[in-house]
Amino acid sequence: MVSGIFAVLLFAIGIYCILATHNLIRVLIGIEILIKGVTLLVIAAGLKSGNLGLAQALVITIIVIEVVIMTVAVGVVLGVHRLTGSLDARNIRKLKG
Amino acid sequence: MFLDILILILLVSAALWTVMCRSLLRSAIGLALTSAILTLMIFKMNAPLAAVFELSVCAGLIPVLFISVISLTQAMTKQEVIEHMKSRLARFWGLPLVIIILGLVLGLLSIKFKAKLPLSEVETDPRLVMWHLRQLDLLGQIIILFTGVFGVVVLFKERKKSG
Repeated sequence: MVSGIFAVLLFAIGIYCILATHNLIRVLIGIEILIKGVTLLVIAAGLKSGNLGLAQALVITIIVIEVVIMTVAVGVVLGVHRLTGSLDARNIRKLKG
Repeated sequence: MFLDILILILLVSAALWTVMCRSLLRSAIGLALTSAILTLMIFKMNAPLAAVFELSVCAGLIPVLFISVISLTQAMTKQEVIEHMKSRLARFWGLPLVIIILGLVLGLLSIKFKAKLPLSEVETDPRLVMWHLRQLDLLGQIIILFTGVFGVVVLFKERKKSG
């Protein structure tokens, strides 16, 4: 119950970070915090339902997906920086092939 | 219970510090700290395998990835920093207030999660769950890992100079 509330708070912090910033690295940090909220919620749900084994397996899957997303996103951020010379998300509004 | 709440408050505080910190480098370190505190909470919740993954990958690998990107990108000039700080303060001052109000509202609502599922057989060992019940997840993880590898290869490919 308490963990659920704090997971929602982490989710809110992540969403706020993504919405309020223009820096691409901060957007990725916001996504990371969102995923941390989800991780906490999955483990709390597993503990509550008595199915902690499944919850842990799901968390491991989430972490693997998280790492891959971050690696590719970091590559994209570096590419954007190479092209525009900054990390401002407003510079990539006009996406052209 | 008191210790759990203390760890959870520390977790949210670390996340807030990560988001509100001026320096990107400190934000990356704050992210590692948030992951380390989450690991502590997951250990307390009796899920050691997930906690080990969280500690080694999320508190170790991902902040290193962020710090590498920060070191590879250009820092802002002094004038840009001053202008950025003005707009930043306007954007972030409400966040702690929003989080405190949301926490109070959720606490007062005291939502009851009816998560007792009628399970016929519950496997508590995550290794057995991974290898016997969730094989498709493992296949998905392998596909995603390969996708990530190919993504990185495409993104960092050396471009041939034209002309």
